[in-house]
Formats: sequence, structure tokens, C-alpha cells
Amino acid sequence: MLYREAGDFKTSYREDGQTFPIRLDRWGYYAVLAVAFGIVPFLINDYWASAVLVPFLIYAVAAMGLNILTGYAGQVSLGTGGFMAVGAYAVYKLMTAFPEVNIVLHILLAGGITAIVGMVFGLPSLRIKGFYLAVATLAAQFFLVWLFNKVPWFYNYSASGQITAPERTLLGYAITGPASSAAVKYLVCLCFAVVLAWVARNLTRGTLGRKWMAIRDMDIAAEIIGVNPLTAKLSAFAVSSFFVGIAGALLFAVYLGAAEVGEAFGINKSFLVLFMIIIGGLGSVFGSFAGAAFMVLLPVLLKNLLVGGFGWPTNLAAHIELMIVGGLIILFLIVEPHGLARLWRLAKEKLRLWPFPH
Amino acid sequence: MEQLIFAGEVFLNGLMTGVMYALVALGFVLIFKASGVFNYAQGVLALFAALTLVGIQKGQVPFADLINAVFGSRLEQFGWTVPAALAIVLAALVMVLLAFLIETLILQHLVGQAPIILFMATIGLAYFLEGLGDVMWGANIKALDVGLPQGISDGIEQVTAGWFGYGYFIDRLDIWATIIAAALVCALVLFSQYTRQGRAMRAVADDHQAALSVGISLRFIWVMVWSIAGFVALVAGIMWGTKSGVQFSLSLIALKALPVLMLGGFTSIPGAIVGGLIIGVGEKLFEFFIGPMVGGATENWFAYVLALLFLVFRPQGLFGERIIERV
Repeated sequence: MLYREAGDFKTSYREDGQTFPIRLDRWGYYAVLAVAFGIVPFLINDYWASAVLVPFLIYAVAAMGLNILTGYAGQVSLGTGGFMAVGAYAVYKLMTAFPEVNIVLHILLAGGITAIVGMVFGLPSLRIKGFYLAVATLAAQFFLVWLFNKVPWFYNYSASGQITAPERTLLGYAITGPASSAAVKYLVCLCFAVVLAWVARNLTRGTLGRKWMAIRDMDIAAEIIGVNPLTAKLSAFAVSSFFVGIAGALLFAVYLGAAEVGEAFGINKSFLVLFMIIIGGLGSVFGSFAGAAFMVLLPVLLKNLLVGGFGWPTNLAAHIELMIVGGLIILFLIVEPHGLARLWRLAKEKLRLWPFPH
Repeated sequence: MEQLIFAGEVFLNGLMTGVMYALVALGFVLIFKASGVFNYAQGVLALFAALTLVGIQKGQVPFADLINAVFGSRLEQFGWTVPAALAIVLAALVMVLLAFLIETLILQHLVGQAPIILFMATIGLAYFLEGLGDVMWGANIKALDVGLPQGISDGIEQVTAGWFGYGYFIDRLDIWATIIAAALVCALVLFSQYTRQGRAMRAVADDHQAALSVGISLRFIWVMVWSIAGFVALVAGIMWGTKSGVQFSLSLIALKALPVLMLGGFTSIPGAIVGGLIIGVGEKLFEFFIGPMVGGATENWFAYVLALLFLVFRPQGLFGERIIERV
């Protein structure tokens, strides 16, 4: 009844092409932003920040990155964990080498370094396609994890082989290290997520995004109509890796604080992010957020239910959780292979007609 | 000269590891050829098969932990042991049942979806089976013994000691694994060339619709192919399980089989074997010669990088079908 485009008159092309063409959507979007920035930081506590909100925002950034590569440009990648490790180790090296420089700059630079590494591992995509490429990106995953494990320079020759984030402040607030508060961590991640979501949305609906989609739909045809596959594919790898690198840097510096590469950035992380974009919806910024929320919340809920609710031993609960996650993924793929974003879209279409369906 | 003799031993060991990789890769190829599904769960299938085999052999109560947690009981063992041969047959039957369930519950509903969706479904399946295996049989490391000979082969050691003055250390298990794998491959090739079902399988691999139109039941073929893959997984699970115990890391051999597939081509049985041998030998020799210079443990990534470099020059792998693209 309220959810209508009728009466919302567009008087310029700019208005017509905006991301949220329906007024209610626009208000909803501003309302969500207002709540996220204005209310949540005052209510947040350590449990919510570390179990739900901070990982959700960080994984949403990673999922957006992978979605650009896989959802928009059609290049399946299983190397996300490795690229996140590049971001984490880059920010660690930068933080320890130049302690006086602002941490935000370090995180952005870490993203840039990851983008370069991503382009190098993206080079084979010009020759290899489909599953061969997916498996080839595993080379990046295994090689990078091995590299960070075996070359002591990357972890500053520390005895444990771990990297630990030193304390860095922004505007007087500690955002890394043990002294940082939940609200600050949350706000930092939120800022990155919102800005990067805006970037992703605007990149993907511009020239570059159209090139990526042309390559995804059929690369030979795209080449014939004048899309250069070299620049299109490599730019997709670069932008995607930039996002993933920032996610890795945030995950290490802000969320984990200390990380061991094989454990924090192993192949399971690659699959986790891939699940997020499949469940959320390929080729959709909203889907990246929805998928990240789903995959972050699910284990928390299951754990609370099985261990807290039924009082089962934790190891049994962990195995059951694996089964449920696996089963749900299969169920999801059967019921809605286009993910939560598609469900959202369908719901909105229904809502536009409601309550008079004709 | 010393180096060369050692390298010879490394080469032989690599060859045998390669056979094991090829065994896992075979399961992938069979399913990919027949249904176009890239089955990531193949490694977990091997783990599940090995767990089931041990469980049956030892007479464990399935789902003991779960039952105990729900009903507060203390079940663990039935109190009998099953002879190895019977246990293998029973485990194979479980794999056939599993194949049937996978086909009915998952694949049937995903016909016509994009390959990436099917691939994701098999990752989901891998998670599910991993959890199921642990819930059913417990997550502790188990020893698997079905009577395969183990330990150093004295014959080879003496012969090589006579030749080079240095006895090669070759595990008898590896030799048996090689023989069994070779026999299995021969059996599979004969099956697909000379039996009705084998021909039907190849027809489905060639073209689903054409196969359907001449009256081949897709469902039956898929169940059959997944059963065979399950059986291959069982054999692989027995070999790897005997070698290093049945535990979670067993499922990671799937990750070892992927570069083998890339190298050999996703659609070629000979490719899986040759690829397995090249990767097995390559990674062992690389670790032997180059590994000490860069800090070791190169086996994790060498296979992938080798396959990657190879693919840049030949995108369809060694024996894969030529990729022809049309607009």
C-alpha cells in the first residue's frame, strides 16, 4: 500500500538511475544507516561486537570483493583466504615498519598490495576458464599460506610464527590491540563496509561493471564487441582483491588481533566467503551483506541452541553444526539457487502489488 | 652419484604416491564425465568410507555419541568384530546406498542448474558428510587394518643394496596399493568399454539428451556412477587409512587430486593416471632437490603451481577434450 513508485516523479536522469528508485526503499536505507551509526554504537557490548557485528561487517567486505570477481566478472575464485592473508600480512608489515603513519592509510595500502598480488594470480584467467580456473586459484591459496608460514620476514621473525597487531589509534581512540573498545571496532568496520559498498555499487553499474558482466556472460562475444578481456579480467581481479585485502587487514588488525596464517586464512575461509555470495546471491551488493549475515549468524544460533539449549557436548555440537550448515547450503541451492538477494527482490515485487494484485 | 641414488628412491616413492593421487582423481573424473558435476566431496567420501569400514569392523554403534547425549545412555560397542572382507562388502553397500540418496535428495533437484551451483552443492555435501561421519563414528583417530601387508619390503632393499650399495626403503603397502590401483583402473576401463552399463555410461558422458532419447535412464546411470565413485573412494580410503590412520586429514587428499585433474584433464581416465604419476614424482623430487633451499613443505603448493603453469600452455590439460568455443 505504501510501497509504490507511483507518485514518486523523477525529473532528471540522475534521479531515474539512482540505486533506490522507490521512496520507501530510500528512507529504509537512510534509516538503517542512521541506526547503524547513531544507535548501535551506544548499545553494543563485547559479545555482540565480537560474535556477530564485527565479523559480519568484515565478511561483508570480503563477500563484496569475491562477488565482484565471481558474481559480476564470472571468474570463480577459491583463493579468497590467501588474498585475505596478503591483506593481513601487508597491514602487519606496514604497521610495524611505519608506526607513525595513520592506520587507515595502512589498511588502504594493504588493499592496494593485495590488488597487485591478485592481478598476478589473475593472469592465468586469460588462458584458463571455468573450473580449471577455480582450481588454479587454489594455487594462490596454498602458495600464499605456505609463503607466510615459511618466510620469517613476513612475521618479523617472531618465535611463535604468529603476527600480533600492535596498538594504533585514530583520533585518540585505540582501534587495534587489546585496549580497543567494542564500539570503536564496530564503527571502524562499519565505515569501511559502507564506503566500500558505495564504491562497489557505483563501479558495478558503470562502464567497468558492464564490461565485467559482458565478460561473464560470454567472453568471446564480449571481445568481439570491443571489450578488452585483458583489462576487464585483470581489473576485476584487482578490484576484488582490493576489497578482499581490506577485509583481511581488518580481520587481522581489528577483529582477531593475532593470527596464525594456516588457521586464520586457510582454505575454509575461501569456502566460507564463497558460501556467503552463493547464499546471498551472485552479482548483488545486497546479497553480499545478506550472505555474510546468514553465515555469521548461523553458527552462533546453532551453538546457542545445541550447547546452550540441549546441553550437548561441544564437540558433538560442532559436528552436528557442520551437518546442518552443509545441509542448509544444499537446501538453499535447491530451493533458491539465486540466493537471498533474489528472495528479497521477489518479496519487493509482491509488496509493490499488495494488497491489490491486479 | 649419491644424490642420484637417493633421487631414485624418491622417484619410486613419488610414483607410488602418484598412484594414490590418481586413485582419488579417478573418482572425480568418473563423476565429471557422466554428470558434469565437479564433485568436491570425493575426498570426504573417501574419509566417510574409511570411517564406516573401521566402524563396521570394530562393531561400533553408529551415532553412539548422539544417542548417549540425547538419552543419557552409555552405548559404544556392539561387542563383536566383523571380518575384514565382510566389512569391506558392507561398507561398499553403504556407499551404494549413499550414492542413491545423493542422487534422489540432491542431484535430481539440481538438474539443469549452472555447473557452479552443482559444485557448491558438492561442497555442502562435503561439509554434511564430514559432520555425519564424525557424528556416526566419533572423531578420534582410528587405526585401519584390513590385512594389507605393511612395513619395509626386504626383497627390494636387498636387490637395490646389491646394485648401488644402498638399500631402497619402499613400503610394501605402497606396492600393494599400486597393484590394486592398477587392477582397479583396468577393471574400470574394461567395464566402460565392454559392458552394456559401461557403454550407457559413456553415452551419458557424451551427451545427456542424446542418451535420454535412445532410452538410457539418466537416474540409473548417475546412481551407478556415484556408486562406482563411492567404491573408488572406499579403496582410496583403505589405502590412505592403512597408511596414516583414519582421521580428518584423509579428506584433504581431495585437494591433492585437484591439480592431478587439471594436469590430466577433467574428462580423461588415462589423464588422471598420468597426471597423478607426474604430480607424485614431481612434488617428491622438487621437495628433495629444491625443498631444503626454501624451507621445505613445498608439497602443499608445488602440484598446483605445476598444474597452473602447464595449463597456461595447454588449457584443457594433457588429455582433456579440446575446448571449442562458439559465440
